[in-house]
Amino acid sequence: MNDMPKIEQATDMTDSKISANKVQVYYGDTHAIKDVDIEIQPRSVTAFIGPSGCGKSTFLRTINRMNDTLDICRVKGSIQIDGEDIYDPKVDPVQLRAKVGMVFQKPNPFPKSIYDNVAYGPRIHGLARNRAELDDIVASSLQKAGLWEEAKDRLDEPGTGMSGGQQQRLCIARAIAVSPEVILMDEPCSALDPIATAKVEELIDELRENYTIVIVTHSMQQAARVSQRTAFFHLGILVEEGPTQDIFTNPVDKRTQDYITGRFG
Amino acid sequence: MPVVWLILIVLAVAVVGYVLGRGRALASAGGEQIKLHSLPSYYGSNVAMKVVVPAFLILVLWLLVQPLIVNNSVSGLIPDSEIAEGSSRGLVLAEVRRAARGLDNAVAQGLITEDFARNARADFNDVTARLKEAGQVVTSQITQPILRAAQEYRVLNATGNFMMSIVVILAALAGAAWGLYESRADFRARNTVERGIKALLISAASIAILTTAGIVFSLVVNTVEFFRLYPAFDFFFGLTWSPTFSGRGGNSQLGIIPLLWGTFYISFVALAVAVPIGLFAAVYLSEYAGPKVRAVAKPLLEILAGIPTIVYGLFALLTVGPLLVSVFGPDGAGIMQSGTAVMTAGLVMGIMLIPFVSSLSDDIINAVPQAMRDGSYGLGATKSETVKQVILPAALPGIVGAILLAASRAIGETMIVVLGAGAAARLSLNPFDAMTTVTAKIVSQLTGDADFASPVALVAFALGMTLFVVTLGLNIVALYIVRKYREQYD
Repeated sequence: MNDMPKIEQATDMTDSKISANKVQVYYGDTHAIKDVDIEIQPRSVTAFIGPSGCGKSTFLRTINRMNDTLDICRVKGSIQIDGEDIYDPKVDPVQLRAKVGMVFQKPNPFPKSIYDNVAYGPRIHGLARNRAELDDIVASSLQKAGLWEEAKDRLDEPGTGMSGGQQQRLCIARAIAVSPEVILMDEPCSALDPIATAKVEELIDELRENYTIVIVTHSMQQAARVSQRTAFFHLGILVEEGPTQDIFTNPVDKRTQDYITGRFG
Repeated sequence: MPVVWLILIVLAVAVVGYVLGRGRALASAGGEQIKLHSLPSYYGSNVAMKVVVPAFLILVLWLLVQPLIVNNSVSGLIPDSEIAEGSSRGLVLAEVRRAARGLDNAVAQGLITEDFARNARADFNDVTARLKEAGQVVTSQITQPILRAAQEYRVLNATGNFMMSIVVILAALAGAAWGLYESRADFRARNTVERGIKALLISAASIAILTTAGIVFSLVVNTVEFFRLYPAFDFFFGLTWSPTFSGRGGNSQLGIIPLLWGTFYISFVALAVAVPIGLFAAVYLSEYAGPKVRAVAKPLLEILAGIPTIVYGLFALLTVGPLLVSVFGPDGAGIMQSGTAVMTAGLVMGIMLIPFVSSLSDDIINAVPQAMRDGSYGLGATKSETVKQVILPAALPGIVGAILLAASRAIGETMIVVLGAGAAARLSLNPFDAMTTVTAKIVSQLTGDADFASPVALVAFALGMTLFVVTLGLNIVALYIVRKYREQYD
């Protein structure tokens, strides 16, 4: 992770996967996100860190327009994925979310069988022509999520019956099943114990080969372990963004330094 | 002394006890509240509790037991010769009580003196005359034994009441003394009051449960009585319902099947209306409607639940019935004879049940965690896909429970049926025929001069019992389903 060659970390900024420009988010009268500009590299892990209420989750949710489900939320500025503005009126947020998957803070498997949980997305989007194809998608998603060995004999059992860590990996498998290009993770390990956390982190590292991953985390160690680039948010402002190693060893901004050395937050 | 006065006296003692107990506890701590185990008001409450609880318990028990004892001893005074042919000791005792009340009222009006009323040698003709003068209703002539019994009844009651007052007041004072004795700084008044409150809550809960048990008991007793007069097999499997009141109901055919058929048919129509509309309304309100629409629409929908069922009945009779007749009646499709029909009652009952289904379902849908919705939206599902595939399955047990509760309501509904469905017990498949239900027939069997010795009236209890068992079964199934599947999401 951190010992990767410097060359790869300094990927050319022009072919970034997601690029945000002067993004503002308002909740009613509250100005929650101010002037955020960020470029997110493809096939890498970007971590958002910052104290509680700094807007990192809010910003994450603008990337797949999950904030649209809240009536009082307004977003300004532009966010482009592969050069296409996702807030363009022509863009269907429902389609966008199939392309930009999301994993939530608390594991939230549906009260259905493990199989149906993973098959949910493919069924909605008609990704499989027949049962055999669907079986393949479910199996490969579970394999990619590292859950196949544990789940293959109990596909008909409810997903809610699994342990917390397994549930979270099931949710990752569920997100992978619709073949997204980007996966957003909102503190995916905050409800898990250290062993389950380690497994999920390992999984995130493997998924980096095929997906662009953005992860919000409260744990700076986790950010350091899994991410290639890190962005530090504070009071709705993107304070500093750069290669993870630089942020943690040689932060430019005083606030970043204070935060990572534990002086506040 | 009237009971009201007694209650007021006990309450007055309690108030005084409260103030004294509070003061005594404070005094025992030298006026420093911090040295008391509990807040001063707890010491006062402890005294008041010890005044009120035993006194009122004694009062209630005494009021329950005294009439039994008095009736028993007075009944011994009436010779068998006084009990006329075809009458019973109970009727004669009622006569005695009436005479005694007449004497009481006459004394109260000052027409006769207390001594005269008690005079054992008083001439009964004279007494009768004077009672009539006082405007007291006295049936025919009071006979000597009845007068004696009435006088004895008055004396016994007066003594009993007097003693009751003494005992209750003594109990109140003793309670006050006990509570005041306890009011010292180290006494744990707070814990005692807490136990008192617990006992109060327990008694409230047990009253509700005991009442239910009492209702079931009275139903069972009368049902058993009915089955002694009428064969159970004919009741449960008879296909004809035609009670006749002649010959003390001996020729009646009392088969429940046509009534049950009408009940379930009407309930089915009602649910067919209420479930889809109520459910869709609930989905709209909880998933689609904005907070403003919701704030207005939900109370409006719940107003429907506050309309008395008799008003729905009028709506069925005056609006829905004629409307249906104009479409399906002799001038239209020709399958409907009159405005009263299964369809009329079913439609209106369905409207009545909409808020029931929608309100319960709305609560249940709202209880589905937001995380489920986020998970589904995050995978690119639309709202209706989310509702259909995630929210309704997760809420299904609760919704089924709500539907079953609505079904029990429909089965037990009476007024809409009486006005909307007619009174003819009929086994028919045509929803535009008039039919009737179990509840409507219970009403018609018991209104008017009901002779509770004949099967025609007693059948009401058997019908009620059957209905009770059916709705109880539905409720149990509903509760079972809700409980079994409730833990699917947390």
